[in-house]
Amino acid sequence: MRIKADLSAIRKTKWYEYVVRFVLGGAITVVTGLIAEHFGPVFGGLFLAFPVIFPASATLVEKHEREKKLRAGISQTIRGRQAAALDARGAALGTVGLASFAFIVWKLLPRLDGPLTLFTALTTWVTLSVLIWRLRKTR
Amino acid sequence: MKEIIYRFVAGGLIVTLFAVVGDVLKPKSFAGLFGAAPSVALATLSLAILSNGKLYAALEARSMIAGAVAFLFYASVCVGLMQKGRLHAALATVLGLGLWLFCAIGVWLAVLR
Repeated sequence: MRIKADLSAIRKTKWYEYVVRFVLGGAITVVTGLIAEHFGPVFGGLFLAFPVIFPASATLVEKHEREKKLRAGISQTIRGRQAAALDARGAALGTVGLASFAFIVWKLLPRLDGPLTLFTALTTWVTLSVLIWRLRKTR
Repeated sequence: MKEIIYRFVAGGLIVTLFAVVGDVLKPKSFAGLFGAAPSVALATLSLAILSNGKLYAALEARSMIAGAVAFLFYASVCVGLMQKGRLHAALATVLGLGLWLFCAIGVWLAVLR
């Protein structure tokens, strides 16, 4: 299966759905900083992998899929929930990349420049996530 | 107060950007990878490097590995709750957050503290 970009999906998302994500993202970043300040970086660091956007994304995936079926005249459907479960499966795979991002930063940051380390970690996250996804699809 | 505003704006922008990329990409299982994107980590670590130094940020990143392991359990349970438990996404993903917290703190107590 090929990876595609469907730009029309941006229009399907309502403005307040972006606001919700912005506020959630901003809030958890502030809270993570406050936790680290209060309890130290070892405890605060846990929250860098807090699933902040996943609940909102999965809910939106389900809602959009249900609306699509409603427009096609199908009112009772499990497709929305199935699509959200598929999204969650993808997120589960993505956690391997997330852990590798953290590992790279932990190991390289004391030795390398900050932006270079973050760039390397981000590249590793993308590469590993795509590889795992492809491997899973071909099995 | 200024730092809190910076954190809020940086976190909000990066999280929204990753979410938009996830919305646009297909198929859904691939787009789902962006649900576990290191968006909060990017914002927080960048600010931590600037204000607290690289060693502080590296310590945060080490703990983040435990958070990612907890995320794996959480996302897997969410799949089960939606497919077998027939719960709606909103309920399954919000209920599961307790499991994430439980796992993350468990790993922290067992390994990192």
